[in-house]
Amino acid sequence: MEIPFAITLDVGSSRANHTGSWRVERPVYVDRLPPCNDACPAGENIQGWLYYAESGNYRRAWEKLVEENPMPAIMGRVCFHPCETACNRVQVDEAVGINAVERFLGDLAIEKRWSLPIPGSDTGKRVLVVGAGPAGLSATYHLRRLGHQVKLVDSASQLGGMMRYGIPAYRLPRSVLDAEIGRIVAQGVEVELNHVVHDVEEERVKGNFDAVFLAVGAQLGKRVNIPAGDSSRVVDAVTFLHQVAEDDPPLLGRRVVVYGGGDTAFDAARTARRLGATDAVIVYRRNRERMGASGEELEQALGEGVTVRWLSTVNRFEGEKMVLEKMALNAEGFPEPTGEFEELDADALVLALGQDTDLSLLDRAPGIRITNGVVTVEQSMMAAPSGIFAGGDAVPAERTATVAVGHGKRAAHGIDDFVNGVERPVKVRHGLATADRLNTWYYADAPRQKRPELEKIRRQSTFDEVIGGLNEDNALFEARRCLSCGNCFECDNCFGVCPDNAVRKLGTGERYEFDYDFCKGCGICVKECPCGAIEMVPEKI
Amino acid sequence: MTTQPVHFYQIGSFAVGNRLLSDDERTVQSSPNRANSIDSGHRACQGCGEALGARYALDAAMRSSGGQIVAVNATGCLEVFSTPYPETSWRIPWLHSLFGNAPAVATGVAAALRVKGLHDVRVVAQAGDGGTVDIGFGCLSGMFERNDDVLFICYDNEGYMNTGVQRSAATPPAARTATTDVVGPEPGNVFGQGKDLPRIAMARDIPYVATATVADLHDLEQKVERAMSMRGARYLHVLVPCPLGWGSASSETIHIARLAKETGLFPVFEAHNGVVTDVAKIRRQVPVQEYLSIQRRYAHLFGKKPRPDIVARIQTIADQNIARYGLVEPASSDQEVHV
Repeated sequence: MEIPFAITLDVGSSRANHTGSWRVERPVYVDRLPPCNDACPAGENIQGWLYYAESGNYRRAWEKLVEENPMPAIMGRVCFHPCETACNRVQVDEAVGINAVERFLGDLAIEKRWSLPIPGSDTGKRVLVVGAGPAGLSATYHLRRLGHQVKLVDSASQLGGMMRYGIPAYRLPRSVLDAEIGRIVAQGVEVELNHVVHDVEEERVKGNFDAVFLAVGAQLGKRVNIPAGDSSRVVDAVTFLHQVAEDDPPLLGRRVVVYGGGDTAFDAARTARRLGATDAVIVYRRNRERMGASGEELEQALGEGVTVRWLSTVNRFEGEKMVLEKMALNAEGFPEPTGEFEELDADALVLALGQDTDLSLLDRAPGIRITNGVVTVEQSMMAAPSGIFAGGDAVPAERTATVAVGHGKRAAHGIDDFVNGVERPVKVRHGLATADRLNTWYYADAPRQKRPELEKIRRQSTFDEVIGGLNEDNALFEARRCLSCGNCFECDNCFGVCPDNAVRKLGTGERYEFDYDFCKGCGICVKECPCGAIEMVPEKI
Repeated sequence: MTTQPVHFYQIGSFAVGNRLLSDDERTVQSSPNRANSIDSGHRACQGCGEALGARYALDAAMRSSGGQIVAVNATGCLEVFSTPYPETSWRIPWLHSLFGNAPAVATGVAAALRVKGLHDVRVVAQAGDGGTVDIGFGCLSGMFERNDDVLFICYDNEGYMNTGVQRSAATPPAARTATTDVVGPEPGNVFGQGKDLPRIAMARDIPYVATATVADLHDLEQKVERAMSMRGARYLHVLVPCPLGWGSASSETIHIARLAKETGLFPVFEAHNGVVTDVAKIRRQVPVQEYLSIQRRYAHLFGKKPRPDIVARIQTIADQNIARYGLVEPASSDQEVHV
């Protein structure tokens, strides 16, 4: 190269100057556990499936969803969505409507007849699943995916357990239930209905099963001793809802009192209203803050004309007169009787005071431990070393369909380990993606999309579904409200904001990498990452 | 049921890129094929706002002109840290002459290109606030007067940072610099008019004047693109925080630029032929204290002997800007969806 006058050196690029040597801290990409995933009892990768939904790829989103939970259309209706309670978007405006998007995907899959993944290749192992509720169906699905043969038995005449016989049709239409259950059965499952298992050990040996999963639920309504006249109608809520589900509702009269404050109490009261009760009154001994039912359920019930007597107990029920005693909360928050009474006209009393599990089928199974009426299980859901696993309402846990689905999956994995004589490695959970790690500036303001509700008049006389679904437009909008907490979603911010061009973009789905030759460790990328997926760590000196 | 148009891309309006946007809607900076006009290995401090602002602006100018630009640089940080002889970080034709003559040199380059008939080659001149509002002011004034075909970009870090943080006519009131010490009843830089160059430029009725910050990339790139689509004298004033001179954490550079805009202290707007035509509204308004208290150059306003009276005077400046440019959206019950 010819050098101009008065120039003695060749021109060089500043790339010879490795400014990375200035650094005392280096940025690193991390993945954190989003709070929704952390909170999901069914272990769904919510952020994972929302990611696909955001780009309108609903098929991929649904496929990602059913890797963990085969019943999204059901869960999108009956789940109490702890994911939304945990959602970080609350710090920006309102939680992402995860439940609504899940339902949209579930309904779309039914409409388009998408099928579940092909079962795994046959392992030759046989598993008996007792009880076809959410836990049993979830276990069945995951066992089939692992290639095990499944025989699914249930004492009722149809599959679904409490999803069919406990949850009323206005919350979960039977067509949806049938579609999602049918898809699981289509995985190649031997089903036997109207089959009561009296001795689990005997059936296991006789049927030559390698393992048993027990998901018998909690079918027995708790009774309390309430003095009642001979002519007074007293039923328990479980039986009542079961009969309604079988299209054989008992006659309760026009004034129905439901005793209890859980979801079942509200289901019973709302069902009674639909069957023609003019007065459906819930009597609960604590106050609104301490009730077991969800706030949504309460609001919907009140909207349908159900009334609630807080801080009251049923003292006695004679003829058409019910005597209530007023209660007061003591310093510890427990209700105590006040000695004040009031009368209420009533035709029937429905008891919704909780449920017990009938575990007589375990009487002869060795190694089973039963505490407080439920089966003690290990982390793998194993209840006895002979290969008996248990889950759902029959084990100590919160009694919801979603928890049961999670149990079913965990038990399936436990059974898989058991029959193969191996132990799967424990999954390392990432640290939580907390809200303080986010840079919320970057998220556009976007109000939560509301689901339509059935008009009130039709909610008092029919079992039509109360809550409608999202359409494609607002489902896409809602999915895009996801903040992608703690996991890179390739917004290019780090790539763009680096003053030293020290971030390399690796292409769609491949994320980025740092060029530590030139990264000075300023930390702008960490500060400006919307979702908190970059951290500074000290350099080793 | 509420219905929303699906023109909502999660973070599309604010972040550098977004997989949900089509390629032509994304920023220049989101592309792996961006020009990287200023390359790695430059000697700017950690978290330098000017290095970032220069790449944002020139990469956008490169795209608009199809890679046909010549850049003229005044003396200043940008020149010193990018081009210590014989190395350079510039990947574009680039000239440096003196501190004060960058507008005049750019005028000359533009004239030479015109004579040679190279109409598609565009000229960009750039300087810091010292080279613009103080030392280069006379040449710049002439460039405006002649309406020379140059886009002049001022990277404003509010002082002479390269030489040890001395005051310039763009240093804000109360700020501590090496030449405005924190002594006396009014510590730091004096309250006064300063030189508000965007308004001076507007008074010259040149075709295009705009302000921007490194905190809003979409806005900055659009303004460069608009300026490059026009001929004649154009002026772009970009706020570029300086961690060294302002005494802020290196990671805070963009955050501080954002606060400058959100407090109203740095109005972001554009003007055609001397008339303001568009204003970037404040999105999440904050009091000036939030902006001041994270910079050590204002530490004397807080701490043991706080000066709320001075903070209040600075707030007044922000409020006047808000009123002058209409920076705050009138309260509305409509839920707006940013596209």
